[in-house]
Amino acid sequence: MSTPIISFQDYGFQYMAQAEPTLHHINLDIYPGEKVLIAGTSGSGKSTIGNCINGLIPFAYPGEKTGVLLVDGKEADKSSIFELSHTVGTVLQDTDGQFIGLTVGEDIAFAAENDCVVQDEMKQIVDKVAKLVDIDHHLDYAPHELSGGQKQRVSLAGVMVEEVKVLLFDEPLANLDPAAGRTTIELIDTVHERTKAAVIVIEHRLEDVLWRSMDRIVLMNEGRVIADMPTAKLLAGNYLLEHGIREPLYLTALRYAGVAIEEKMHPEHVDKLCLTDAHKEMVLNWYQKQKALIQQQEAGEELLKVEHLTFGYTPQKRNLQDVSFTIHKGEMVSIVGRNGAGKSTLAKLICGFEQPLSGAIYMAGRNLSGDTIKERAANIGYVMQNPNQMISKPMIWDEVELALLQEEMTGEERKKRVEETLKVCGLYPFRNWPVSALSFGQKKRVTIASILVQRPQVIILDEPTAGQDYHHYTEIMEFLKELNAQGYTILMITHDMHLMLEYTPRAIVFSEGKMLADTTAAHVLNDPCLVQAANLKETSLYSLSMACGIEEPQTFTECFISYEKKEER
Amino acid sequence: MAKAAILSYIKRDSFVHELTGTTKLIFFILWSVASMITYDTRVLVCMLFMSVVIFKISKIKIKDISVVLGLAAIFLIMNNLFVYLFSPEYGVGLYGSRTVVLTIAGPYTITLQQLFYHLNMTMKVICVVPVALLFIACTDPSEFAASLANIGVSYRIGYSVSLALRYIPDVQREYHNISQAQQARGIDLSGKDKLFTRMKNSVAILLPLVLSSLNRIETISNAMELRGFGKNKKRTWYRLRRMTGKDWFVVVFVAAVLVIDLLVTFWDGSRYYNPFL
Amino acid sequence: MKKLSVKSVVAIGIGAALFFVLGKISIPTPVPNTYISLQYAIQAVFATLFGPIAGLLIGFVGHTLIDATSYGPWWSWIIASAFAGLVIGLVTMKMDVNEGIDTKKIVRFNAAQAVAHLLAWGLVAPCLDILIYKEPIEKLFVQGLVAGVSNVLTTGIVGTLLLIAYAKTVVKKGSLSKED
Repeated sequence: MSTPIISFQDYGFQYMAQAEPTLHHINLDIYPGEKVLIAGTSGSGKSTIGNCINGLIPFAYPGEKTGVLLVDGKEADKSSIFELSHTVGTVLQDTDGQFIGLTVGEDIAFAAENDCVVQDEMKQIVDKVAKLVDIDHHLDYAPHELSGGQKQRVSLAGVMVEEVKVLLFDEPLANLDPAAGRTTIELIDTVHERTKAAVIVIEHRLEDVLWRSMDRIVLMNEGRVIADMPTAKLLAGNYLLEHGIREPLYLTALRYAGVAIEEKMHPEHVDKLCLTDAHKEMVLNWYQKQKALIQQQEAGEELLKVEHLTFGYTPQKRNLQDVSFTIHKGEMVSIVGRNGAGKSTLAKLICGFEQPLSGAIYMAGRNLSGDTIKERAANIGYVMQNPNQMISKPMIWDEVELALLQEEMTGEERKKRVEETLKVCGLYPFRNWPVSALSFGQKKRVTIASILVQRPQVIILDEPTAGQDYHHYTEIMEFLKELNAQGYTILMITHDMHLMLEYTPRAIVFSEGKMLADTTAAHVLNDPCLVQAANLKETSLYSLSMACGIEEPQTFTECFISYEKKEER
Repeated sequence: MAKAAILSYIKRDSFVHELTGTTKLIFFILWSVASMITYDTRVLVCMLFMSVVIFKISKIKIKDISVVLGLAAIFLIMNNLFVYLFSPEYGVGLYGSRTVVLTIAGPYTITLQQLFYHLNMTMKVICVVPVALLFIACTDPSEFAASLANIGVSYRIGYSVSLALRYIPDVQREYHNISQAQQARGIDLSGKDKLFTRMKNSVAILLPLVLSSLNRIETISNAMELRGFGKNKKRTWYRLRRMTGKDWFVVVFVAAVLVIDLLVTFWDGSRYYNPFL
Repeated sequence: MKKLSVKSVVAIGIGAALFFVLGKISIPTPVPNTYISLQYAIQAVFATLFGPIAGLLIGFVGHTLIDATSYGPWWSWIIASAFAGLVIGLVTMKMDVNEGIDTKKIVRFNAAQAVAHLLAWGLVAPCLDILIYKEPIEKLFVQGLVAGVSNVLTTGIVGTLLLIAYAKTVVKKGSLSKED
């Protein structure tokens, strides 16, 4: 075997500001041309590994290391961030942060500019690389004219300007809708084939990454490598669930049906799966048994009604066209569709941030058109995607109390209300903490608490779980489910198909400002037309049910979800 | 929203657009200097005339920049008004004579000298306005950084200007989103609250904005270092255009304007042209 | 002169973008060309965090962009903005807000910003205006005073609150325990 391009030898690292080391005794070799997935929950140290490889550690984030890290045969910490950048190209999670240039062409050229490449040569390089990632028709575009997936192509092109030996992707799927995520994985695969560079993907969304084959999975937990083995072998074992990573859905379904996953079944991709007739029989039996148990839910009274809503930011364009639907009390509903389909615009109209051109919104039968933003907020709470954009006080108590200070209320009443809300949200023990000491999930709770304190009946959440690993995702969603059980009606704007399937019986689908469907979540994901229009992707359960000869994939999906809910209880 | 008042690059085909960013930057700087130095009416009239001609050449239409022109007009009117209110006899002092045209009330009379001073002051501002607007409207923002570096500004500073242009729309969107979410909690800057309350409320919007900006700074600087920014003493520019004959012609022209401006203005040892002598 | 670090380059860019965006939403006062300007609060905070050069350039670039996209640059005031950022950055140099904030630091920050703005608007801007535009001294003095005082107040209130809030967000985790 050749020599590794990256070699961690009993490596450990501790950030200067932290009391405990983040990485312990890492032994990991990555060989030229390999494709490796590094998986793990947030805080497992997987991003720290990435930062060690590209030199941000120790050059931008100083700390203390033990052991040795060799990149292309040289000790990484005796090199420099610049020298390492010739070997390792990094694509960061935040596509907006990485897009530095004013246009696509400039951004791709950035590294070459810093290398003092002469202009003619630079233009040739940019054209070549842009073609490779299929962005060559957009060289004059500004970042805000591009979709998330396109921005990621630009980021990739930007690091490929150097002929790097390693391409490192830090959570490449975090900001993308499912269809764009799939395209990204395909693109990474293509680039790998053409350049023969080693590819390292750091992600916790395993099933999505495995859309194209990976040679190896390295599983991290609490700063240690827990498993480092070929994909099929890892999937056959029980490592993933034990360490807070979600395994591919088709594998979970097989396990539910009692099928033992083995390496020789090719568990790494649903289309490669080799199931025996006995396996299929087991799945079928399980399906029949579950199908009998599904119950229908009854709808409550009408709460929020939207009628013929039409809106445009500019006179020429309609961002929303003739949208009507009704939400009943106690419902939990997903609003899905690709970026720019009008989901967030809808939320802004409901909250009164923007005014419709025509149509009306009713709350329990009352027309809201004359109400101010603040008046609407008493009925409808809006939670932004990023809690950091909402939290405006350093202390938790103050943050939750903020909205009440604008109301006429005695101090005693206010205190009681804040205490109640904090208790509902499980934040009471932290009431005197600064917000900055909380995890992302807890911050999310604070923002929800700061909305709940106004006692709205409906809560609208924008991408409540974006970028969260399975553990934090579950934590946030279970909390929302609890609130829902207490009688709050919840609307969620989301890209996450699992979320939609697992938590919301109903989904409203948008595409280009129009409402395409208002149906069950399982139906949406089993209807190829809707899946495509909304930039979603069908679940692997669909393929599995087909493989097992089940004719109603939608019902199969519903069975799976209801079984899973029972399992958790 | 704030969007309305912002002028940005307008892509057209014209002589002005064809010039490199560097040329336009030099023109803009030297022209500004020329107008700042002189108070000579003859020079100002010539410059004003030239700036109108240049505006014509650029193929930018009045309606493209009507909002901005409106603002400039308000600014000028207010400024003139205040100068007059504070010092109605200022022109008299400057030009050393007094010709009353009209008496209003108390100390407020209108003199020819005062009118002439206002005319000069206004022209001084106006003759820069078209050139400044054209500089913004006809220069591809992508060329700014390269142009600054080309006239000798450190590329680090040049690039920070480019970053500002790159992230203004992002910051603006973020500000807008944050302030909407805060309005839902009853925090509003445009409301009828007292000034002090508004200032205190503004902190509720600014703090999330500052914190997320600090995060942004960290991400961007990591991304830039990972791609080798700051590695060398120099850097090359993808969007820099080479100076052509036209460019040199314009640079020589504006240099000549500045020299003539200096000569005419200080020929007689005074910045002013005094028709009242 | 020492080279600007990459982080400072980015801080100047983002700081100038913030300065610009906030400058566009300012609340007018009864005196012409004078506003309640939130951008100076941000500039003061960034000057404290990133130093005098950042403060200077944020003011210069941000203010130039504001002027150039509204009525053409008024250089004397642009220079005054840059000057204010420079002075605040110089006076607060080596004052590490990341280690927490106390009354002494708040006093120093406010002394810095008060001196900076009073000098910038009471002296630098009017002097340049006299030099360049030959406007009457009385008008410039009143205008400068109003701008200076209003900026001192804005920065003093908004800037101080922001700085305190920022310092609280970087508090160490070790000192906290749950309560029932």
